[in-house]
Amino acid sequence: MLEQTVTIVSNERDTDSYFRLVLRAPQIAPLIQPGQFAHVRILPLKDALLRRPFSIFQVAGDTFSILYKTVGKGTDVLARMRAGEEVSVIAPLGHGFTVPKAGEEVPLLIAGGYGMAAMFLLAQRSPQKGIVFVGGRRRVDILCEQEFAAIGWEVRVATEDGSHGEKGLVTQPLLAELRNLKLKTQNSKLFACGPTPMLKAVGKLAEEFYLPAELSMDEHMCCGVGTCLACVIPVKAGAGWEYQRTCTEGPVFDARNILWEIPK
Amino acid sequence: MNLSVQIGKLRMQNPVTVASGTFGYGAEYARLIDLNLLGAVTVKGIRLNPVPGNPTPRTAEVTSGMLNAIGLQGPGVDGFIKKYWPFLRELKVPTIINIWGTTVEEYAEVARRFDALGGVGALELNVSCPNIKEGGAQFGTDCKLLSQVVTACRAATTLPLITKMSPNVPNIAPLAKAAEDAGSDALAVTNSFPAMAIDIHTRKPKLANITGGLTGPAIKPIAIKLVWEAAKAVKIPIIGMGGIQNADDAIEFLMAGATAVAVGTANFYEPQTALQVIAGIRDFMAKKNIPDVREITGSVQIPKK
Repeated sequence: MLEQTVTIVSNERDTDSYFRLVLRAPQIAPLIQPGQFAHVRILPLKDALLRRPFSIFQVAGDTFSILYKTVGKGTDVLARMRAGEEVSVIAPLGHGFTVPKAGEEVPLLIAGGYGMAAMFLLAQRSPQKGIVFVGGRRRVDILCEQEFAAIGWEVRVATEDGSHGEKGLVTQPLLAELRNLKLKTQNSKLFACGPTPMLKAVGKLAEEFYLPAELSMDEHMCCGVGTCLACVIPVKAGAGWEYQRTCTEGPVFDARNILWEIPK
Repeated sequence: MNLSVQIGKLRMQNPVTVASGTFGYGAEYARLIDLNLLGAVTVKGIRLNPVPGNPTPRTAEVTSGMLNAIGLQGPGVDGFIKKYWPFLRELKVPTIINIWGTTVEEYAEVARRFDALGGVGALELNVSCPNIKEGGAQFGTDCKLLSQVVTACRAATTLPLITKMSPNVPNIAPLAKAAEDAGSDALAVTNSFPAMAIDIHTRKPKLANITGGLTGPAIKPIAIKLVWEAAKAVKIPIIGMGGIQNADDAIEFLMAGATAVAVGTANFYEPQTALQVIAGIRDFMAKKNIPDVREITGSVQIPKK
């Protein structure tokens, strides 16, 4: 983990309200593991002080990139920044995905919206190719489909409005594949990043089909380095439970340990 | 040039520490800054037993600040000693441990435990957390209760006691005086301000706890006034805090009457802030020919009417 002021190489629109930000960070880039994040201080933001956490999308040479959606004050200002300008980053942060080893379970990746950003590095670094299931509301919410295909992954798409791929939620094609796998008694492992209801549904499917799953959890974050205890989720611990930090013990958790509600 | 200050028996190599709750237990930031350059490390509040804390969301960003309602999640005395003390004990700078309880007896028991531990720099009595149902602010807003807590802790330990004052009082002077009279060695002024924010799209409070404490630059001028008023009421030193982002902010607190300062919310977005503040105070003293930082304390010049 390093804190550095880094230069923007490019910051361009992907589709609709999604942007790709490439940062030159020669010391940080080699440290990055799949599923980790960067905590970004958008320096032109004056009265909104806190850093914003972003999944790390791609690593290339001495750069890394993030794929983000404009959702508010911070990302709106970020989207207007240009090559040559600077942001402050603390990265890489968090506990990421376990990269599958050759000959192990077939990885099945499940992404919702910009959750796709967290999956690319995992797909790229996994010696075992698998299937990536991607869901979104509309066609424009389906990101980097071609890039996954280009590295040899099968991509299955679902959109809620049916404008691209199967109509419905991403868990539908996933469920179909899991039933198919069951017939083939093939070992597989699920990896997911996306909205919490999607993660919960993936966790439930993993349990139903007796499959391991790693879920990248999204909880409102503040410091990003484990001090403030804002981003906690309830996790099984021993005979009971405890709050663990999404920024430090996570963002990626073993689905079996996640408690979706605080025990009474 | 002298930057060192004295908080009771506690000597700080410079007047800059960090605010409890914004720096974890020190180790988390050790990868980003050299903790041994600080005046002291102040850790998150500890009570006797582990505390799970509040449901999430626990923080919300607001204009020039943030709300928090963490609910003093913590490992309890034993958990702290086992997990965090071995690291803190090895630091060259003192550790200030923030303590709390739900009863006067619990405050005293926690104080006794840390007294027995040995090597602790000072204890900060948290009598001002706005986010817990029992304990915290209920002791910090009533002179009689405050006096009881400080008296009990005074009897329990010879460590320097710093009473962390609530801002949520009509007049801080009598409470500051009550803490001093009961044996507090110093005051920390101030804690967060009770506040609330609503998401207008969902019509729900932005915090699961509904209300929380406001911190960050938004509170600085209010905190400056509280330090100034407290400093007039007591002779013991004051650690000033509330929205410090840079050396100018810190110097303003010193001029209002603080002997030392604490960087709080800024740690969350800029972990280098405390070190930048120390460097900036040094620069200011060099430029203004001030040989001793203690000369700045209380040096505000109030115009005569």
